[in-house]
Amino acid sequence: MTGIIAVTSEGPGMESMVDPRFGRAAGFVVVDLATMAVSYVDNGGSQAMAQGAGIQAAENVARAGAGVILSGFVGPKAFQALAAGGIQVIQDVEGMTVGQAVDKYKRGELTTADAPNAPAGGHKG
Amino acid sequence: MIYAIASGKGGTGKTTVTASLAVLWDRPVMAVDLDVEEPNLHLFLHPELTGEEPALMEVPVVDTARCTLCGQCAAFCQFKALSVMGKTLLIFPEMCHGCGGCQLVCPEKALSPGGRELGQIVSGHFRTDHVGSGRPEDAPFLMGRLRVGEAMSPPLMRQVKARLPESGAADILIDSPPGVSCPAVNAVMDADVIVLVTEPTPFGLHDFRLAVEAFRPLGKPLGAVINRAGIGDTSVQDFCRAEGIPVWAQIPFNRAVAEAYSRGEVVARAVPELRAVMLALMAQMQGAAAASKKQEADHA
Repeated sequence: MTGIIAVTSEGPGMESMVDPRFGRAAGFVVVDLATMAVSYVDNGGSQAMAQGAGIQAAENVARAGAGVILSGFVGPKAFQALAAGGIQVIQDVEGMTVGQAVDKYKRGELTTADAPNAPAGGHKG
Repeated sequence: MIYAIASGKGGTGKTTVTASLAVLWDRPVMAVDLDVEEPNLHLFLHPELTGEEPALMEVPVVDTARCTLCGQCAAFCQFKALSVMGKTLLIFPEMCHGCGGCQLVCPEKALSPGGRELGQIVSGHFRTDHVGSGRPEDAPFLMGRLRVGEAMSPPLMRQVKARLPESGAADILIDSPPGVSCPAVNAVMDADVIVLVTEPTPFGLHDFRLAVEAFRPLGKPLGAVINRAGIGDTSVQDFCRAEGIPVWAQIPFNRAVAEAYSRGEVVARAVPELRAVMLALMAQMQGAAAASKKQEADHA
């Protein structure tokens, strides 16, 4: 399996929990599926923004070179930005570790979303 | 003179007071509803509305033939209204604050001004109580109405304020939005006199203190109107005394006021004893404005 995927994460490693928020996620665990090399992108700057966190986070994911993002809830502007960047969005991923999410993805158990699943301005659920 | 009728707490009676002052005002007057998120002064003044036009905010539009995706605009924007993703410059008009900076920094002149509708500016005139007095019976009315879904009210408020006559021929009564955040400050910052309407309850006192804290640094004459006087406690009066804030009027708690309000009537017309209260308030406001003007002249 090849490609680079990013997972919104509460911490820097495969054992960290998936952060269900996209725009205001703590960071992204970035996995190169060819080599299973793992790196971490901090998203703290987006967390501190008054507005536009989702757009900023999408830029961060694009800069990391990821073609797929796994997250819990993605809002409309973030979704539009990710789509423009050619990044596939897989949402409703939560309550598991980053490693478990990556395994599910590799087994083909996760499907790509064609629409955002959260309102603008942050998921309130 | 511009008089802003404001309050920290919502629902204390700003519009009730503004409508009564507007019909009784003994000089040429204009009534302005700057509570653009939920304007309601017209429900009491029943103005004849003669004009309505959209208020637009300048947002960028991209010419994709010229854009090289250099990203300077996106890097400049503090509000994430622009973003370069892949081979696209994305523009999110609802994020834009209308500063125009992206158009200035674009080296390719690929961005031009477009418009996002903020809301409407509605104008008309209403009937005052000066029937047969020899004065004009009608007075101008102006309000801003924010588009449903629009998040920013100050840009619309500024466009409404730009329509205010400069001559000073008429006094202007501004029905302000409640609170102490940007919209409220925007409504009172150009006023000559600020009237803070409150109620004698712990909630009323709490938000009144915030309003005093927010507006007193503006250095304008400021007075309190205590609405529903007789309920609650005396803490608002005590606070005013301690802080040296004049209480310009106390509106007694009275079921007839609530009934008139619920029918969309001007309470100073519907409840005789309130007429005197509002006329006394008008005199206090005009006196404060005159005193402040004299002070300015003495300093000059």
